Order: sequence, then structure tokens, then C-alpha cells
Amino acid sequence: MTTIALGHTRTNIMPILGAALIGLTLMFAAGNLQASSLHDAAHDMRHAVGFPCH
Amino acid sequence: MFSKIVTSALFAGFAAGLIAGLLQLNFMQPVLLHAELYETGQLVHFGGPGNVSAAQETGGFNLTRDGLSILFVALAYTGFAFMLVAAMAAASDRGVTINARTGLIWGLAGFIAFQLAPGAGLPPEVPGAAAADMGARQLWWFSTIAATALALAMIAFGRNPLVLVAAVVLLLAPHVIGAPHPDAFAGTAPPELAGMFAARSLAVALAGWTLLGMFAGYFWSRDEADVKAAA
Repeated sequence: MTTIALGHTRTNIMPILGAALIGLTLMFAAGNLQASSLHDAAHDMRHAVGFPCH
Repeated sequence: MFSKIVTSALFAGFAAGLIAGLLQLNFMQPVLLHAELYETGQLVHFGGPGNVSAAQETGGFNLTRDGLSILFVALAYTGFAFMLVAAMAAASDRGVTINARTGLIWGLAGFIAFQLAPGAGLPPEVPGAAAADMGARQLWWFSTIAATALALAMIAFGRNPLVLVAAVVLLLAPHVIGAPHPDAFAGTAPPELAGMFAARSLAVALAGWTLLGMFAGYFWSRDEADVKAAA
């Protein structure tokens, strides 16, 4: 098995931006998207977490 | 790097989200269901025929409704976790130590950026509350999160006093501009319920976010130790 010394790697900016974009998409889908089935299922959570909704 | 971010974010987000979901179910759902009795007109607290009891039967655990709520809280926290761990990865790259202890501070910063700052302009609403145009509110909400997160990063990592001044301006700007508010008040729930709901929302969010930060820091540092041990 090859091992790579990840401890001192200069990270590419792409994985970081990619992960942030995934997070933003998940948050938007759970909290902000207005599709009605999604809205109904997530309704109580949206009120409780304070997403601007309705 | 990407798989390390994904692993840490999934574990931390789901764990913190489940705990936040259970806290919400126990401390907030009864308040929400109570407010819905006023939203639907089943109860009227003002100008009605007489005093309405503050003790109401709001129904118990509903598997579908409450199960979905917990799943969606976990989903939202997983989204938060991806953004938080991405920021941690960027900092870790620049030599910042990330572990469960420092993760606590990251979680607090996330709470301020994602809950406290937007909540100061748009308080978490009980069902039946009046609100301004949704597009305007979402724009203000997203902008406030972005400005606050950037300002906190500038305070944490900036070395120039001018950066601190700019950070304070960024922190204040959304609130000086002001969040969009409704033209008229039409809320149906008693202020007692609305106040309780907003306060509990922030309290649960504080618990959820500090746990999220600690879990994210823990999984991040554990993964780092694994890699070093294997090398």
C-alpha cells in the first residue's frame, strides 16, 4: 500500500470549494427551496431553525 | 482532502443534527403545535369571549411528521457541517490547529453567523406570524450570514487593525440596513408563545452548533492522526 504524507500537503482550493458548495446546496434544499412537498416535510424544522420560509 | 472533508462533515453533521432534532422535538414542537391552534383559529387569545387556558392538549408524538422533522434537521446540520469543515480545512492548510477543543469556538462562530445574526433581524417565527416578502427576506438572510461569517474570519485571522475595523463594519451593516419587515402585524399566536419559540430556537441552535463544531474538530483531528499513524 502506498502512503502519502498528507500532513504537509498544500491543499488544492477545489476540494474546499466543492465541499462548501455541497453544504450550501444541502442547506438550501432543506431550508429554502419552495417546492411544496419539500416545504411540507421540512415545515416544522424550518420554523424551528429560523429559515425564512412561507 | 475531499474525502476527509466529506467524512468529517457527514459524521459531525448527522450526529449534531440528530441531537438538535431531539432537543427541538422536546422543547419546541409543543410550542409550535400550540401556536398552530391559534393559526387555524381553533383558539383566539385576544378580543375573544373569555380567557383561554395556557394549558392545551397539543397531541403527542406523530411518527411521520416528527420523524421527517428530525431527518430534515439532520439534513440541514449536514449542510452546515460541510460549510464548517470546508472552512476548517482551509484554516488547517494554513497551519491552524483543528481539534474538538478549538472546534467548540468554530461552532460558536457558526452559531453567531447562521443563527444569532440573522435571527436578530428575522426572529424565528411561530406559525401564523406575519412576515415581509419572502424573496427580500431570503436575500437579507443569506447576505447577513455571508457578511457575519466573513467578519468573524477577519477578526479571528486578521493581523492588521484596519481589518478589524472593516470586520466590525461588516458585522453591523446588515442590522443598520435592517431586515425586511411586514407592512402590518397580523400574528395569531400570543406573544408569550412567540417569545418562547424564538428563545428556544436560539438555545437549541447554540447547543446544536457547539456540538457540531466539537464533533467536526474531533473527526477532523482523528482522521489526521490516522493518516500520520499510517504513514
